[in-house]
Order: sequence, then structure tokens, then C-alpha cells
Amino acid sequence: MADISIDDVKKVARLSGLQLSDAELKKYKAQFAEILGYIDRLEAVDTKDIEPTYQVTGLHNVMRDDEIIDYGVTQAELLQNAPDTDGGQIKVKRVL
Amino acid sequence: MNSYILPIANAVKGGQKTAAAFVEEALSRAEAAKEYNTLISLTAERARARAKEVDVAIKKGEDVGALAGVPFIAKDNFLTFDGETTAASNILKGFKAPYQGTVIERLEAAGAICIGKANLDAFAHGSSTENSDFGPTLNPRGKDYVPGGSSGGSAASVALDIAPFALGTDTGGSIRLPASYCGVVGYKPSYGRVSRFGVVAMASSTDVVGTLTRTVEDAAVVLDIIAGRDERDATTIEPEPHSYATGASKKEPIAKRKIGVIKEFMSDHVEAETRKLIEKKLDAFRQAGHTVEEVSLPATELSLAIYYVVVPAEVSSNLARYDGVRYGFSDPAATTLSETYEGTRSNGFNDENIRRVMIGNYVLSSGYYDAYYRRAQTARTLLVEEFKKAYETYDVLVGPSAPGTAFRFGEKSDPLTMYLTDVMTVSASLAGLPAVSVPAGDVQGMPAGLQIIGAYGNDQAVLELARETERTA
Repeated sequence: MADISIDDVKKVARLSGLQLSDAELKKYKAQFAEILGYIDRLEAVDTKDIEPTYQVTGLHNVMRDDEIIDYGVTQAELLQNAPDTDGGQIKVKRVL
Repeated sequence: MNSYILPIANAVKGGQKTAAAFVEEALSRAEAAKEYNTLISLTAERARARAKEVDVAIKKGEDVGALAGVPFIAKDNFLTFDGETTAASNILKGFKAPYQGTVIERLEAAGAICIGKANLDAFAHGSSTENSDFGPTLNPRGKDYVPGGSSGGSAASVALDIAPFALGTDTGGSIRLPASYCGVVGYKPSYGRVSRFGVVAMASSTDVVGTLTRTVEDAAVVLDIIAGRDERDATTIEPEPHSYATGASKKEPIAKRKIGVIKEFMSDHVEAETRKLIEKKLDAFRQAGHTVEEVSLPATELSLAIYYVVVPAEVSSNLARYDGVRYGFSDPAATTLSETYEGTRSNGFNDENIRRVMIGNYVLSSGYYDAYYRRAQTARTLLVEEFKKAYETYDVLVGPSAPGTAFRFGEKSDPLTMYLTDVMTVSASLAGLPAVSVPAGDVQGMPAGLQIIGAYGNDQAVLELARETERTA
């Protein structure tokens, strides 16, 4: 299971929104093989008829009233962290 | 002394000393300890303004709260108004939080005053603070040694006595490990006990907010303020029907408890000297009349493997938001939107962030999901069930907080070797259990920690036995 190819690493980098150099891809490939090799011990676990645990609180669908809450934060305050804005909106580079 | 917090609050409330004076002293201690790099930024301006408010309110005879004028430090992944909130990552450099975390708001409402933001491994990814984009924090007990991580700046600040308490976060040991390495008390409450609203998310199914303090009573004092349901964090649980602080002197013995020593935590891969210190603590428990027995929890040997599937998976999702569009660093060289994403993330994240995001996307990707992610979450069920069964017999479970004392900078440069540092702490995280690291003594001048783990939701039992270690010390 721990056989991981350069193409696998490339694919995961793309899925992760990352652009990596060939040297970086090689470095991560070696590290991932080691980490996934360690994780492979989970293969020995008998998981038949066992439900996965995604959370531990046992809470389900915590509801609140659908009302507007005033957090006391203005649009200008929220936009001040944006790298580029125009007319009260966030501006991004062209898509194509 | 069983509290360093309450004497400050009492002096402020009694008018013997002003909040302003306490804040100035804390700021100068921070300045004096600069070489340890425990803080990324000071929040001096707001701290001074708030101290003034507290002092004015006291003069008017108003109730200023249980923590009046008490200075504290927040790990830099807590959103605060003053200063930047960076999570020690270049990608968040310059980020000004537009709102504060619930915990910060609750502490301020109780009169406490944040004086600075503590260093951490960027996005809390690490066990040593070596992954901080702002340089590592030095261990106060030995400058060649790491303080542990990821809440290394918080633990070292408290060990250096800059402030009587610091906030940390613990996803797989990030409070308990640095507490152990720096010789302070690190408390990780039950998952859901404390709101995480306004805290930079790492792995949402195990992220917990907790404290670094010098005494157990101080952990309890702060927990009383920060615990409780929060409408803005839907994972918060119902509070326990009592307060955690006792106010009592630590001389009073507690009722006899049944303590289980986790066999897998006392094996040969724990340094012999650390094991000896733990044995001494166990003897003290026995002498105080408690029952101490060995208990085997085989699933804990799977915990680290489970953790390094589940947590990177959640990290990959939580770090998807750093795209250079709404806040934080944005690659100036990008000419298209996809170049903005890739340029921002590739240059803004450090190696460990990238490793975790990529491992996470790998174990979640089609074809590997069942083999890794689902299998890990299923093994997690075995772990949770094993703990549940153990708590039918034992009030608390104990073991070391880490396989040894602090290591030297650069000693664990291989990622997997670094991950193995968390082998004692990740189990409680995966099961959401309350756990504490309390000082257990020193090995050649460097501190080791005893870990006490309680049943889910039973924070009281953990704090009670932790206090017992101080009484019998």
C-alpha cells in the first residue's frame, strides 16, 4: 500500500492547490513512503462490523434560531485583510 | 503556593496594587525574556487600555470579575483584536482579526488582560516549535533544547513566569507535550468542553482549547471561566454541574481512587529515567492510599497511525481556505486565479504544512479513502471502546506524557521521528478525553511529565488527581 509514485505525489499536489518543483516532489515522495509505511500497520486491524468514529461528543444537529446576529463587524473591517479590493468587493485575478 | 492567579486578582480587587502595575511588570518580563522567543507579538496597547479600564472600575467599586487585572498570554492561533494573529505562519503574516475568540472574550469579561501572543509550530503542526515561521522558542530549562510543541511559546512563557497562565490548543498533545518539556501544568479539557470559536482550526475532530499554568488550581480557575456551551461553536457540550477550582489548601487528601497505569505507555521505548520518575509518582499515590494497577490498552499502539491519517485529512480540509483571496499572503507574481491559489499556498505554507495537507488529500482521495481514512476512523472506534471499558474499573488512567524529556534542536529532522514524539498523547485526543501533564521531576535538569487521562466529560477527576500529585510531592 505504501508504494507511492512521483505521479501520485504530483496528483496530490494538484489536488492540494500546490505547485512543487521536481526536487520537492522527490523529497515528499520519500517522506510519504516512510509515513504511509508506518500507517500501514492499520491493515492488520480487524474492522469487520465496526462503525467508524467521526466525532466523540454524540451531539447531533445542534440547531439555533435562523436569525441575523450582529457580530459588530463592518464590511470595511472584514475587507481590510483582503489583498485586493474594488468598490467594497474582493478582487481576484482573471480566471483564464 | 497553589495559585499564582488568585493573589493577583485579589490584590487588584482589594486595591493593594493596580492592574496597570501588573500589566507593566508582565510586559517588562516579556521584554527581559526576549532571547527565548516565546512571543510573536505583544498586545501592549490594548493591555494598557484594558488595565486602565479595570483600575477605573475598581475605584468606582464595580465588580470586575474573578480574574481582575490578571495578565495572560494567548497562543497566536487565537483571534485577538490587538496585534496580528499569524498562527506562526507566513501565510497569515499581517492578519488583523476582525473579531475575537470566545475564550478571549470570556477571559476579558472576567477582567483578565492578554499581554502577548505566543509562538507555535505554524498552524500547530509540530512537536517542538521548530516549524514556526518566526523561529523556534528556546526551552527555559536549557537553551539547546526544544520547548515541545506546538504550544511551545505558551509553555515556555509560563515556565519563565512572564504571566501566570497561557492559552494553548491541543490536537494531539500540543499542550501536554510542551508542559512536560518545560516543567509546567498543561491541561487539555474534554473535547467540546471549551469553545473553539475564533481559534485557527487544525483538525476539527480533536482540536481542544486548554491552559498552561504553574499549578493545577490555576488550570481549574481558568477552566471555570472558559468552559461552557457556546452558540458559535456547535460542538460544545453541556457543562459539569460544579466549579473546578477548589480554593482549598492542597493539604486536604482526596477520596481513595482507582488508578490504572497504561501498560503500553510504560514499555521499553520510554526512557528508563523518565519511567523511574513516573514509578515514583505511582508510589506516592499508593502511599496516599489509592489503588494503582497496570491495565493493558492494546489499541493505544495504533493511535499514532490513526492520528496521522485522521488529522492530516482534517488539516487538508481546514487549510483549503488559505487561497490568497480573502486574507493573508497572496502571491504577487500570479497573473491568473489558479496561479494565485498555487503560488500563495506553495510559498506561504512551510514544509510541514505541505506534508500534512498532501498526506490528508492522499488518504481522502478516491481509491485510498477506504484503505486509509475509513479504516483509521474504524480503528478509532476500537480505541474509544477500550478506553470506555477501562473507565468501568478505573477512575483515571496514567502514564508518562512523552517517551522522554526534551530533545535538542535539529535532533528529529526526519518527519516520522518527530511524529513519534506524540505517541503518548494522541490517544486521549482521538477519544476526546480530558488529560493533563503535571511535572514528575527532572532527568539531568530537564523536566518529565506525568499524564493523567480521564473518562470523557469527567474533567473533575483529572484535575482532582493532578492536585493530589502536588499534595504528595
